[in-house]
Amino acid sequence: MDIGTFRGVITAILLIAFVGLVIWAYSGRRRQSFDEAARLPFDDEPTAQPRPEDHQDKGDKAL
Amino acid sequence: MSSAIEHPPQREANSTGDGNSPLSASDSSVGNATYEPTSDPACSSGYDTSYNTTYNYKVVRQFAIMTVVWGIVGMCVGLTLAAQLVWPQLNLDLPWTSFGRLRPLHTNLVIFAFGGCALFATSYYVVQRTCRVRLISDRLAAFTFWGYQAVILCALVSLPLGYTEIKEYAELEWPIDILLAVVWITYGVVFLGTIRARKTSHIYVANWFFAAFILTVAVLHIVNSAALPVTSTYSISVYAGAVDAMVQWWYGHNAVGFFLTAGFLGMMYYFVPKQAGRPVYSYRLSIVHFWALIMVYMWAGPHHLHYTALPTWAQSLGMVMSIILLAPSWGGMINGMMTLSGAWHKLRTDPTLRFLVVALSFYGMSTFEGPMMAVKTVNALSHYTDWTIGHVHSGALGWVAMITIGSLYHLIPRLYGHTEMYSVKLVSVHFWLATVGTVLYIAAMWVNGILQGLMWRAFNADGTLMYTFVETIEASVPGYAVRMLGGLCWVVGMVVMAVNVYKTARPVTDSRRLMPQTA
Repeated sequence: MDIGTFRGVITAILLIAFVGLVIWAYSGRRRQSFDEAARLPFDDEPTAQPRPEDHQDKGDKAL
Repeated sequence: MSSAIEHPPQREANSTGDGNSPLSASDSSVGNATYEPTSDPACSSGYDTSYNTTYNYKVVRQFAIMTVVWGIVGMCVGLTLAAQLVWPQLNLDLPWTSFGRLRPLHTNLVIFAFGGCALFATSYYVVQRTCRVRLISDRLAAFTFWGYQAVILCALVSLPLGYTEIKEYAELEWPIDILLAVVWITYGVVFLGTIRARKTSHIYVANWFFAAFILTVAVLHIVNSAALPVTSTYSISVYAGAVDAMVQWWYGHNAVGFFLTAGFLGMMYYFVPKQAGRPVYSYRLSIVHFWALIMVYMWAGPHHLHYTALPTWAQSLGMVMSIILLAPSWGGMINGMMTLSGAWHKLRTDPTLRFLVVALSFYGMSTFEGPMMAVKTVNALSHYTDWTIGHVHSGALGWVAMITIGSLYHLIPRLYGHTEMYSVKLVSVHFWLATVGTVLYIAAMWVNGILQGLMWRAFNADGTLMYTFVETIEASVPGYAVRMLGGLCWVVGMVVMAVNVYKTARPVTDSRRLMPQTA
């Protein structure tokens, strides 16, 4: 296989991979999982692993 | 401090007093129900230290503060350069303050010092919060901070002294390049290691963009900076001729694509939803956005080399890929904008959100302008004129700096245990200074650029040039003055920000401090 054909094949593979990705992303099955992921920035309040004092002074920092 | 993720802070050992109950690192975190905030020595400094034990906010604070500092320094150098173009005597006839040496200093400071510190700060913050885990190593994170500041200081000294590899946006000499490579690889280890240690099943889309930015910039920097050292302050690129130019603009364009775009899109995907209080408009679109941007951006570099020794087919390919690039860029812009649907009213009262939204508007505008300028016939008019400078700054000020500042106004109060900046009014003042400054800047450069392009291509009937070059410069001076005014607005805005940040970050005095609730 000469280099030109090789590059053509790579381009075709990338194009197919991209179309596949779009179909995958927009398939209904993924909806719930994506909704979950989209909420990630909001599930991080106020600390990662709540410790007792977090409850104690939550009103203090009101974050 | 690398074990601080599970380790109890000092204060708990103090509060137990007698010391005959050695707390093990793992169970102590639940054994402090009697913890009294006011007896905490660290807390008396005014910082809400409960965050420190969960996430590494120290390195985020350091980078966030340095973002503001380097922003002011870098923009002051830019303002000096703008003034030199109006009054050339301002170069003082000294080699160290000449335009040719200060210009790379300006670009290095604003892109890599200001933008870079902002990316470090936000990526470290976002990855910890969305992966719900502390950075894997405090020591390595601290090394990235001090190492990166050392690189910036080296640039601050070596560029005015004239040490340069003469590659645009990659001027630093080889010893500094090596230091930067080591720091950057460490950054990648810390960031990707933290993603690997995540406590969530998903990797939030912002982290995809940050990861792509870190990995790609490592590859770009190492490949483009490959050079043969001659002395400790002088080296020669390993590439030659047109190949060197191609490698340089593969680097240069993808530095724009991955440093100034992907990295800041990472910011956008976290801070816009966060500030708007709603999840991103379409998560699936964000995934398509990511992969489309990654796949297309790499091929657009040749548009920097239209009508040069680069093969014509490569120029045309670069042009076509640049036009295709409009699709992922606008996909991302629309995704960010639509996140606000149902929350537009917040723009009236929230200047931080205004920063983020105007940044997206400028992103949309400059990613339309870019592909247009990559069309060879348009490029024939715009190339080498001030239009290019205007385009760069509508991206750099309008998009990169605005999204950074919006993110910092969200980030900084939270880093210091507050909900809001010291003064929301000053945020609003900064917003208007930045917006007016950007509009003045890019409008002046559009006028100048088109003027210069038309004057350069004007011929007399006998085929001679209608204007000498110096005539086109004379015609540009009013535009240069307006641009300087725009730059001044930006510098003033950054100083306003610095005051606001200082007031927010300063330890809370007893009178200002909120008392812990006793109920």
